Amino acid sequence: MSELLEEASLVERPEKNKPLGILFWICVGWVALNVIGAIFANVLPLQNPLFEDFSAVNVGPGLHHLFGTDDLGRDIFARVVYGSRVSIAVGVGAMLIGFGIGAPLGMLAAYRRGRFDMVLTTVMYVLLAFPAIIATIAVLSFWAPRALAKIILVIGLASVPLVYRVIRTATMSIATKDYIIAAKVQGATDRRILVKELLPNIAPIGVSFLLIGIATVITLEGALAFLGLSVNPPTPSWGNMINEARTVLAENPWLVIFPSLALCLFLLCLNFIGDRLRSHFDVTEVKL
Amino acid sequence: MVMLLGIIFVISVGSFYLIHLLPGDPAVVILGTGATPQNKLILYKQLGLNKPIYEQYFTWISNVLHGNMGTSFISQSSVAGTIRAALPIDLELMFLSQILAFATAIPLAMRSARKPDGPVDRILGASSFTLLSVPPFIIIVLMVLFISIKLGIPHTGPSSYVTFSSDWIVNLESLALPAITLAVGSFVVYYRVLRSDLIATLQEEFITMARSKGISQRRIMWRHAFRPSSVALLGSAGVNIGGLLAGGFVVQYLLAIPGLGYTLITAINMSDYLLVQGIVLVVSVGVVLINFIFDFIINIVDPRISRE
Repeated sequence: MSELLEEASLVERPEKNKPLGILFWICVGWVALNVIGAIFANVLPLQNPLFEDFSAVNVGPGLHHLFGTDDLGRDIFARVVYGSRVSIAVGVGAMLIGFGIGAPLGMLAAYRRGRFDMVLTTVMYVLLAFPAIIATIAVLSFWAPRALAKIILVIGLASVPLVYRVIRTATMSIATKDYIIAAKVQGATDRRILVKELLPNIAPIGVSFLLIGIATVITLEGALAFLGLSVNPPTPSWGNMINEARTVLAENPWLVIFPSLALCLFLLCLNFIGDRLRSHFDVTEVKL
Repeated sequence: MVMLLGIIFVISVGSFYLIHLLPGDPAVVILGTGATPQNKLILYKQLGLNKPIYEQYFTWISNVLHGNMGTSFISQSSVAGTIRAALPIDLELMFLSQILAFATAIPLAMRSARKPDGPVDRILGASSFTLLSVPPFIIIVLMVLFISIKLGIPHTGPSSYVTFSSDWIVNLESLALPAITLAVGSFVVYYRVLRSDLIATLQEEFITMARSKGISQRRIMWRHAFRPSSVALLGSAGVNIGGLLAGGFVVQYLLAIPGLGYTLITAINMSDYLLVQGIVLVVSVGVVLINFIFDFIINIVDPRISRE
């Protein structure tokens, strides 16, 4: 029996994957750098992002202030690094909630099928039709007072139906494969099949969707900051920095350029890594 | 159809329940600090706050269905009237941006698909991927920075907004920046989806057949390849609408164009909860309806889908 299994897995093994390329690793490095910067922001030799130095207002980029200072004399570089904390926390936190609930449900539904799958899928499709962005704006505007944890929770819950759909589709395409059936015939428990057989095989799709999801959530947080629904100033986030910079656009364009650049580069890298991983593992049936 | 009604029901319950997310007595929060007992009584009656919750819902929904979403206690004007005044601006903005997006995405996708991995395709592919990572609020801020300020184009405000029927040139001028901004986001999605579908379709046998008959490249693209490749394009357009609306909110707010988005955000800032509730309801139902219409169009374009 075990030989048969081995043969099956040999047949299933995909042909040589496309190489990931140098750009992929540069992007991984950039994302890692941002995450490290966000985590260790208060240990790093940065200036205080809230300190207002009125003797150095709207200074351009230079040696003392790497990215210059804003209209209140605060160091832009420090604020960009601290600002990444909010963006990354919201992106990662919301996606962890979305995947924590959506992924197990999607896997179970695709594996079990039957009535459980039917009911759950119908409910999720109804929820999916509800425009998640508008729901998020609505809930956040009513649910006072605003706090980071609430933003993460609301966006996370709003993403559950989408995660559910992606993971369910991905699991379904694998659950009917021979090696799963072989495992069942061998008498493997459901838990073992789900954790040891299905999970490793849908992981690449999951990770790639997770990264693109984080990028989407970070964009959403930026939009919320513009609408005044994200963390309150003076706590910096990339979104509210760009929003505040609007008023002094003509006098100090650096104020909008640096956080915009930081945000776009981070999003670009996440999208690129996600996209590359997807084509590397050659997943075509999951369309976002 | 049953599904659609079910979804709209869920949306109405959700929007109704929003009021109860407010901390404390909703009447006090809605009326603000200057709540007179008289106003409180009117609001209690309007929302039916002293009745059990399911009865409150039925009172509310029957009012809404009669076109009555209550009167805002902040601006003293009817919620339905405010929405009716703002809605045409959103529709026009969406229409303009979609026309722009399709008008650029379709020819460029065809150009790319003609020689996949050729120089034009590579440049377009890389730039569309980069644009994918630029949120609309950054595009609009950069556009204001580089176009409005550097070139000295004056900023329009909500008071200077003119409707299309009264002066269409000024109207289009004020909507140009937001429409272009929203079009960029849609363009990227449409271009990428249509390009990959066209490449797949062009490898089909009926295209080889058409080529061997000596039909021109242009005619093959438009008459033979476009229709079977447009299903995913329409699907993504339907899905895109929701995101477009949210992007539109921010863009309207930043450029002070008095559409629903602008109205919504000023309502949030002024704690005008009844107006927020009304807009959320109208916009959510609108998105669902638009999605439904797109599903319908897809069935016409590709009848195989409904038969499956």
